[in-house]
Amino acid sequence: MPFRILEKKKLADQVYYMVVLAPRLAKKRRAGQFVIVRPGPRSERIPLTMVSSNQDGGVALIFQTVGYTTMELASLEVGDSVQDVLGPLGQPTEIPEKGSVVCVGGGIGTAPLLPIASALKEAGNHVLGILGARTKELLILEEEMRSACQEVRIATDDGSYGEKGLVTNLLRTELEKGGVDHVYIVGPIPMMKACAELTKEFNVPATASLNSIMIDGTGMCGGCRVSVGGKTRYTCVDGPEFPAAEIDFDELRRRSGIYRDYEHICRLRAQEEGLG
Amino acid sequence: MTNQEKMKIPRQAMPEQDPAVRRRNFKEVPLGYSKETAVLEATRCLNCPNPRCVTGCPVRVNIPGFIALLAREDLSGAYASLIKDNSLPAVCGRVCPQESQCESMCILGLKGEPVAIGRLERFTADYHRNSSRQEEDETPSAPSGKKAAVVGSGPSGLACAYELLKAGFAVTVFEALHEPGGVLVYGIPEFRLPKDIVKAEIDGLKKLGAEFRLDSLVGRLYTIDELLEEEGYQAVFIGSGAGYPKFLKIEGENLNGVYSSNEFLTRINLMKAYREDSVTPPIKGKRAAVFGAGNTAMDSARTALRMGFEEVFIVYRRSREEMPARAEEIHHAEEEGVKFMLLSNPVRFLGDEKGGLKAVVCQRMELGEPDASGRRRPVPVPDSEFELPVDTAIVALGTEANPLLRQTTSDLACSERGYIIADEDGRTKKARVYAGGDIVTGSATVIKAMGAGKRAAQAIIKDLM
Repeated sequence: MPFRILEKKKLADQVYYMVVLAPRLAKKRRAGQFVIVRPGPRSERIPLTMVSSNQDGGVALIFQTVGYTTMELASLEVGDSVQDVLGPLGQPTEIPEKGSVVCVGGGIGTAPLLPIASALKEAGNHVLGILGARTKELLILEEEMRSACQEVRIATDDGSYGEKGLVTNLLRTELEKGGVDHVYIVGPIPMMKACAELTKEFNVPATASLNSIMIDGTGMCGGCRVSVGGKTRYTCVDGPEFPAAEIDFDELRRRSGIYRDYEHICRLRAQEEGLG
Repeated sequence: MTNQEKMKIPRQAMPEQDPAVRRRNFKEVPLGYSKETAVLEATRCLNCPNPRCVTGCPVRVNIPGFIALLAREDLSGAYASLIKDNSLPAVCGRVCPQESQCESMCILGLKGEPVAIGRLERFTADYHRNSSRQEEDETPSAPSGKKAAVVGSGPSGLACAYELLKAGFAVTVFEALHEPGGVLVYGIPEFRLPKDIVKAEIDGLKKLGAEFRLDSLVGRLYTIDELLEEEGYQAVFIGSGAGYPKFLKIEGENLNGVYSSNEFLTRINLMKAYREDSVTPPIKGKRAAVFGAGNTAMDSARTALRMGFEEVFIVYRRSREEMPARAEEIHHAEEEGVKFMLLSNPVRFLGDEKGGLKAVVCQRMELGEPDASGRRRPVPVPDSEFELPVDTAIVALGTEANPLLRQTTSDLACSERGYIIADEDGRTKKARVYAGGDIVTGSATVIKAMGAGKRAAQAIIKDLM
């Protein structure tokens, strides 16, 4: 069931924004949910973030080219079609009302964070966005986050933009001030782990959105299993969001590396085939 | 020919690929009967006035009927008779546990060997598919103006769709994956059920007018209530399969190297990870332990051999007698070199410093008193723990109920374990919603799911016409 590409742009080095035509999905998606995408007929199935949808049936995806399949997706242009888009998958974010919340995004994690922040603001929350990137060029969706939040703070590892350092410093400052009702965290696993530990220290409830390895995305393969509060849960069906303080991030990190050697081989293959 | 003469004909053997060769390829193992062999085997049938074999078939195929036509060399007549009762004969002829169903009831089996019903079913369907007579396939009956949705394109959904199409319903089949067929495409391996055959059977349904909507997860893209209230379907059949893989719930189960059979098989079957041109990572290793002894466990073990594993063990807590797999699968696995570690129960997994699987600790079991299932309950032998060094573990213990439809459908009554409650005819507690297959009964067989789909279709026809 091919899905036509309506729009495509590069947001940063290796980061792409792509709008595909999927009217029913555009209507049904909610903040926090994701899709499984298969660019072509022999491609792998990969989970991707939906950042937004519009009235004309377009669904916006953001992805980073890390392996063969994402490189293959990035090689498609407006007018081409994506072979399969399955969704919306996962539980939508539970959106509280009229609170004070902090949304922390690291790197590409800002993409799934954006719809969550928008929904939180719409529900009457005061939303502070904290965005982090290695360097200024890798920061994405700053403008969009500024309209989705009342306030945005930025940290870069090299100090090329915003404050120098990690998002955890900014989060700590905020938690020390007090009055934060909930923290939403999306980003690389070490960043999410550090943020989760901070929220635990300050006893503030926090939610992290995970991006585990999965195949079907509907609860069938069990590949995305993660330990939450000592219990095995499936990211695709029970998640992708879980209470941050209860997630076993070390296990998650280890499990995300299961196919690392294979991914490397596939990247080389993609380069040989002229995809990246 | 008299019955005496018929009974002198031996049951015809099925030619197979040599075990030493096939254990490293994905081509089909049994090669099928020739026409001559099939006709000879069909001649063995005594055509009993009260055929017991039919009572052993979950979809009630008129077995003596199609076999009699086969014996008279009326091959198209045999197919026409078979397809009336069974929408997927090429599939059932390959994957049904005939030895515990139709063939177990055959009168010839009392003194000798039963008629090879499954092999004849397979031959009849294959001959039809490979001959040029396919244009004569039946056309759908006059449209009834009724519209039904089928959720899931596995065995129960396909069987249900077939019956509804024949009754003139417009049928839409919703499938979450990118290919139709459910467990027939993601679960059962190519060497046991070639995917071209599944595709041909599905093409047959398309010719009858079925619409397949892929990448469509009911519960998310459409809810059951939306299908009924907004999308104009008069009835919905849920044949979604149980879905959720069951794990052992023991220490170390989330180590890298421990997989569900669903994941292991889906990578290979649906995503074609065994082929050079696939980009989905296959699961590789040297020594694998497979837990469970059903068909899925045998499929996993035999697939592991084909993926290049050097040693593959089936670890099962009961004895050979209690193994739930088809006799043929156990026999094939053994011939190919799968090692059976019976009366052994996994206790915990051991990892290396990188979090990869290193070994599984098992304990010896012995059989005690019969349990609720009537099988003797395995009990641990004290101080009998031992280590089995493996780098890969595949858990094939069946499935649990996927909660999605339960969570997203109003008034859908479910059991405590999450299975949908439906009566014998597939009627759920919710009006115009029917269900059958693994999401009602828990893990079962292709043919039982097909039987449930067929009965539900008959109930839908009765309730709506």
